[in-house]
Amino acid sequence: MSANGSSAYAIEIKNLTVYYGSKLAVEGVSMPIYSRKITAFIGPSGCGKSTVLRSINRMNDLIPSARVEGEIYYRGQNLYGQQVDPVEVRRRIGMVFQKPNPFPKSIYENVAYGPRLLGVRKKSQLDDIVETSLKQAALWDEVKTDLKKSGLALSGGQQQRLCIARALAVEPEVILMDEPASALDPISTHSIEELMKSLVRNYTIIIVTHNMQQAQRVSDYTAFFSIRKSEDTYAEKRWGVLVEYDTTEAIFQRPKMQETEDYIGGRFG
Amino acid sequence: MSVRTRTLPADMDFKADLARRQRRGRLWQAFFFMSIGVGILALVALLGSVIDEVIGYRAVAYQVDPLTLTGGRPLEDLSDDELLAVLNDNMTLARQRVMIRDRVLNTQVTGVTLTQTPMRQLLAGKAFPEATADRLLPELTQDEISQILALNLGRDGILDLINDEIVGVEVLQSWTLSESLFQRGAIEATVAEKYPGARLEFGSWLTLDFLTRPMSSTPAQAGIRTALLGTLWLMVITIAVAFPIGVGAAIYLEEYAGDTRLNRIVETNIRNLAGVPSIIYGLLGLAVFVRALSDITGGRSVLAAGLTMALLVLPVIIINAQEAIRAVPSSLREASYGLGATQWQTIWNTVLPAAMPGILTGTILASSRAIGETAPLIVVGASTLIFLDPTGPTSMFTALPIQIYDWTKRPDPQFRDIAAATIVVLLAILLSLNAFAIILRQRFKKKLQG
Ligand SMILES: Nc1ncnc2c1ncn2[C@@H]1O[C@H](COP(=O)(O)OP(=O)(O)OP(=O)(O)O)[C@@H](O)[C@H]1O
Ligand SMILES: [Mg+2]
Repeated sequence: MSANGSSAYAIEIKNLTVYYGSKLAVEGVSMPIYSRKITAFIGPSGCGKSTVLRSINRMNDLIPSARVEGEIYYRGQNLYGQQVDPVEVRRRIGMVFQKPNPFPKSIYENVAYGPRLLGVRKKSQLDDIVETSLKQAALWDEVKTDLKKSGLALSGGQQQRLCIARALAVEPEVILMDEPASALDPISTHSIEELMKSLVRNYTIIIVTHNMQQAQRVSDYTAFFSIRKSEDTYAEKRWGVLVEYDTTEAIFQRPKMQETEDYIGGRFG
Repeated sequence: MSVRTRTLPADMDFKADLARRQRRGRLWQAFFFMSIGVGILALVALLGSVIDEVIGYRAVAYQVDPLTLTGGRPLEDLSDDELLAVLNDNMTLARQRVMIRDRVLNTQVTGVTLTQTPMRQLLAGKAFPEATADRLLPELTQDEISQILALNLGRDGILDLINDEIVGVEVLQSWTLSESLFQRGAIEATVAEKYPGARLEFGSWLTLDFLTRPMSSTPAQAGIRTALLGTLWLMVITIAVAFPIGVGAAIYLEEYAGDTRLNRIVETNIRNLAGVPSIIYGLLGLAVFVRALSDITGGRSVLAAGLTMALLVLPVIIINAQEAIRAVPSSLREASYGLGATQWQTIWNTVLPAAMPGILTGTILASSRAIGETAPLIVVGASTLIFLDPTGPTSMFTALPIQIYDWTKRPDPQFRDIAAATIVVLLAILLSLNAFAIILRQRFKKKLQG
C-alpha cells in the first residue's frame, strides 16, 4: 500500500480476529496504521469498527467474554504478547469515547488524573501538565479561570475536549477516538475536527466515524469495514471484515471494490 | 387487493369509550391517593398515641418531705458527711447492703456470694476501706457500708440514692394529654379526693433530666442516660465493624469476583441472610460472641452486642454497597482504565468516590435499623436494671429499645409513660439519622455534579 517502509507504521495489525463468547465479531483484519496520520474507520453498524479499535489498546480485556486472536505490533512488540501489561498499553495508546465521560471531579482533577496515576505528586508539575494539556486540547482559554468547576458543568463539546486533554496528559503516542463527535452539535464537531488536525503533528490518531464528510475532511487514510453473513439457515451469523484500506482520497475517489463504492455512495444494504 | 375490514371503533364509539377509560384512570388515582392517606394516618396515630402518654397532668407527692430530713436545709447544701448521716439515719442496714449489690456491683450476684465473699474479692476493682478487706458483708457496720457507697458512687450518687430511696418523689397518678385537655375538672376533683397532700403538675415526662439521669426503680426518678450511652456505644461498634467489612465484601463481589458458580451462590446467600429474623442473629451472637469468645468480649458486654448487630446489618450493607457500586456508569471505569489505571487505582479513585453517597446512605439506614432492634439484644443479654454507664467495650450495658421493652411490661402505668418518653427519644434519633443520610446524599450529589 505504501512504499514508506515499516518505520512509517505506528501500529501493524496482523490477522486480527475477535470473538465475544462463541460469537465471531470480526475476522482476519490486517492493516498498518501510519505514524502521525489520521486513519478513519468507516462501515455499517455492527461491522466491528469499535471492536478493532478497542483491541488496539486492549480495552477489550475489560469485557470478560471477549477473546482476541492474531497480533497487533506496536514498536515491534506484540501487544498481545505474554509479558505485556495492558495497563502500560493503555497509557501509551489513549482513548476518547463516543459519549463524553469526564469524571465527576473538577476540570483540574480530570486532567491531573492520569499523571497522578503515574505517581506525579508535585503541585507545580501537575499545574504545568494541566495547563499544557488543556492548551493542546484548545480548552484552556475557556476554562482557565475556573479550573475548580466540575467537569460535568461544561457543555458537551467542552466535555469532549476535556476528555481529549485528559488523554493527552499522560503523553500517549496514539489516540483512539470512537465516534468522538457523534453526540455533538456541528460547531462543537468542527472544533473537535480542527483539534484533531492540530494534534496529528505529534500524535497518531485513529477515528471511528459514521460521517463520510468527516472522514474526508480530517483523515489521511480510510479503512472500510463491512459485514459478512453465513449461509447457515438455522441461525444467521454475521461478522465484520476489512474490505478496503487506502488513502482517504483513493477510497472516496476511486475505490477498488464495488462494495466500498456502494457504501460511500449511500447505496448500501 | 383485499378490502381492509374496519376493526378500530368509529368516532362515536371512541368518544363514549374514552370517557370510560378516563373514569377508570381517575378511580385508580383515587385509590392511590387513599393508600397514601392511610399511611399518613397511621403515622399520625403512632406519634399521637406516644405524645399523648408523654405529656399531661400528674399528681405528685413526696414520701418524705426532704426538708424534714435535714431540719429545713435543702439536701444540695449539706456537706458530704452530713449527707451520709442522713443516709444512715433513714435507711436500714439491710437496704444499704442491697444498694451495694445494685449500685456498686451492678451485676447479678446471688445472695450466697454476696454474703460469703470477703470485700477484697467481692469489690475487686472497686474502692473499699482497708479495714473491711477481709471481712464479709454481714459483718460490716452501717458506717463502713455507707463509706463504701460514698467511695464508689460519689456525692452525686449519694444524692440520687437519698432522693430515690428516702425522699421518694412519687407520682401518684398520671393522665394522658387528651384527658388533661378535656377532663381537667374531673382530674382536679380526683386529686382533691384521693390524694389530699399531693400537687397537680402539668408537664412532660421527657425532660433534660430524664435524658441525663441514670436508671431507677421508681418511674419518677428513672432516666435513660445509661440506655442512651449504651445505644451510642452499640452504634459506634456496629458501624466500625460492619462498614469496612461490608464495603470490602461488596467491592470484592462487584469488582474482582468472576461470574462463577461459587460466587453466585455466595451472593444469593448474602441476599437470603438479609431476610433472616433478627432473633436468630441474637442466638448466633450468644453462642459466638458471648460464650465462645467471652475472653475477648467479656461475655454479655456491649462489644458482644455490637458485633452481633454488625453481623445483623452486614448483609444489608453489602447489598446496598453492591448496588451503589453497580450504579457507577461503566463509562467512568473505561475512562479510568483508558488512562492507564490499574484495577485498584480505578476502584479507589473512580468507583468508590462515585459510589460513596449510595454506600453511606445504605450504611446509615442499615444502622438505624440496628438501633431499633430489640430481640437480638435480649438474647445476647442486655441488662434491664443497670445503674452504671458503659465505660468501655466490655462494659455491661442496656439500650433504648431494651428499656422500652422492659418498662412497657411492668404493671405500674407510669412506666408506660416513661416508656413512651423513651420511644420519642428513639424516634428522634432514628429520624435524625435518616435526615443525616439524606443531607449527605444531597451534598455528595452536588459535589459530583458541580
Ligand atoms: N460487549 C459485547 N459483548 C458481546 N457482543 C458484542 C459486544 N460488543 C460488541 N459486540 C458485537 O460485536 C459486533 C461488532 O460490534 P462493534 O461495536 O465493534 O460494531 P461497530 O462497527 O462499532 O458498530 P457501531 O457503528 O454501531 O458502533 C456486533 O455484532 C456486536 O453485537
Ligand atoms: Mg462502535
